Amino acid sequence: MSSVNNSKEPLLRIAKRDGISRPKAYAIRLAAVLLSLVVSGIFIFSVTKLNPVEVYKAIFNGAFGTPKRSWVTIRDTIMLLCIGVGLAPAFKMKFWNIGAEGQVLIGGIITAGFMRAFGSTIPTPALLVLMAVVSILGGCLWGVIPATFKAIWNTNETLFTLMMNYVAIQLTSYCVALWENPKGSNTVGVINQATKAGWFPSVFGQAYGLNVILVLALTIGMYIYLKYSKQGYEITVVGDSENTARYAGISVKKVTIRTMAISGAICGLAGFIAVAGSSHTISTSTAGGRGFTAIIVAWLAQFNTFVMILISLLLVFLQKGAIQIASQFNLNDYASNIITGIILFFILGSEFFINYRVILRGGKEAEHK
Amino acid sequence: MTLAQLIRLLQSSVCFGTVIMYGSIGEILTEKSGNLNLGVPGIMYLGGISGLAASFFYEFNNPAPSPVICLLVSFVAAFLAAALGGLLYSFLTITLRANQNVTGLTLTIFGGGVANFFGGSLNTMAGGVGQISVAATSAVYRATIPGLSGLGTVGALLFNYGFMVYLAIVVAIVMHWFLNRTRKGLNLRAVGENPATADAAGINVTRYKYLATCVGAGISGLGGLYYTMDYIKGTWANDGTIESLGWLAVALVIFATWRSVNAIWGSYLFGLLFWVYLVIPDLGRDSIELFKMLPYLVTIAVLIGISLRKKRENQPPASLGLPYFREER
Repeated sequence: MSSVNNSKEPLLRIAKRDGISRPKAYAIRLAAVLLSLVVSGIFIFSVTKLNPVEVYKAIFNGAFGTPKRSWVTIRDTIMLLCIGVGLAPAFKMKFWNIGAEGQVLIGGIITAGFMRAFGSTIPTPALLVLMAVVSILGGCLWGVIPATFKAIWNTNETLFTLMMNYVAIQLTSYCVALWENPKGSNTVGVINQATKAGWFPSVFGQAYGLNVILVLALTIGMYIYLKYSKQGYEITVVGDSENTARYAGISVKKVTIRTMAISGAICGLAGFIAVAGSSHTISTSTAGGRGFTAIIVAWLAQFNTFVMILISLLLVFLQKGAIQIASQFNLNDYASNIITGIILFFILGSEFFINYRVILRGGKEAEHK
Repeated sequence: MTLAQLIRLLQSSVCFGTVIMYGSIGEILTEKSGNLNLGVPGIMYLGGISGLAASFFYEFNNPAPSPVICLLVSFVAAFLAAALGGLLYSFLTITLRANQNVTGLTLTIFGGGVANFFGGSLNTMAGGVGQISVAATSAVYRATIPGLSGLGTVGALLFNYGFMVYLAIVVAIVMHWFLNRTRKGLNLRAVGENPATADAAGINVTRYKYLATCVGAGISGLGGLYYTMDYIKGTWANDGTIESLGWLAVALVIFATWRSVNAIWGSYLFGLLFWVYLVIPDLGRDSIELFKMLPYLVTIAVLIGISLRKKRENQPPASLGLPYFREER
């Protein structure tokens, strides 16, 4: 079972880096992204026999080819960013909130319900505020339930939040069947299409202007909250070591529940923005897997909400582009999931080379500075 | 409810259960090594599409396909493709030390993309009808034992399935025996409970984690194979069903409290809960959706229950989801 004859030095050794300069870290990440684009290019070429450069051009065209396409790209980036911002405090606390998908849907269902019920009785500005508040409460509740069990009985939060997603998805399907319009279509249809009651007003002539303003404000707010507030500091301590937190007199239970309330609330608000600010309808694709993608966004950005903007943009850009190449070259748009997967695998792998050095046999132990 | 309805319900439950049973017993093996692989849906996708693609190309190029080769080609392709998915996950999380949850979710996105992309393309390739069909291979998977399936109610309930239904039960029992009655199984559990101690005892933690994850992924992939070959009879649809079944498989791991023999009855129970709306009269479409929530609610109840009771033997592996780096103890 054990081999003692370790006389020969292994071919490769790894050593932890003491620290890495920021430009070097970004150079490694950039190299990973470029490498992944090459691999994706090989994949595209082997499947389609098309020139990958042409395909990448088509991708760009699909995402930013016309002003309308650009706005759709921005709208979807903002959605993904909003959920990622919501997840940031939970993940910083090392609380694996896999339940964003469900929290978004709950916010969406409540918004759609209020929009249908009060569209004709409450004026739009008041209705918007009301819907924002109730969707925040809904998402909050969906996040606090698993957090409470985690805080008091140490119930596994990864699995609990994962299950809550599916409860929310079935609830959404239930509401879709309940509110079906027209009958037999199995969709809710656009709510208040004629009156536009409960819809976001356009800002600066842009239908999605308000989405951008709201989410950017959240992004900046969350950055400040995590970095400069006392509560943000408590989250960091609990995330690094619960024992240290207890020793320092921080109530881990309180911080856990409070942080998940915030996390769920922002995800619920994302559901509100998705329904009132962009689709004006509700279905399971209101979240459409973004709750899961946002986890990757939040993790890769290492909870820095400004970096999240870049990563969300990259992912949505690829998605939109892949839909374009799918229609242009007669493929199907699941190609975008493959390319997204390849790029994420490379970025995930590249973190290793940021934290560790690989030393060849006979290499020097000391780091070159 | 008539007897015929009851039999139909139980049969649907068993077929449904078998898909998620493969997924979850593969994941149990993986989780016993301390790896929480959230890529199960992606892995089941990989298994399903590879089995389908392999048998499609075989049947496409051979006018008279031999049943044995049909079976071998699709089975091996499904297992290997799924195990490769597990290898990718292992390489990233064990060797490159990436985060397990994020890597697993990425694998789910990737696997779903690969399967639906090539599934859609195969449907196009299959010609004018626009629907792939591997009738010969599917027939092998759905063959029942002649004579036994005709034995009235008993035959219909016990012997009316393809061989993979029985194989799933065998795999579950063998895995239970392996984990609890063999030296290697004990070592594997030690790795999942406390890798540092296992390492100190001379167990090769890396090798155990790699092997358990890859073999576990291969077994999970068979769930996808059973789904394409038997459950939907050798066709393909880009409807995302495998993904939701994959998450149910993850739920079943918890429900079975990490014991593969519990997954046998647990999976049939999940099937029953999922299909029970068929026999309840006068249900609207909306209420059906609420009934489909049942398996998840039951899983949440079990999850809360095991954390409340704190029985030692029902807990998840102690280092589940945690990374292990020897030099960072």
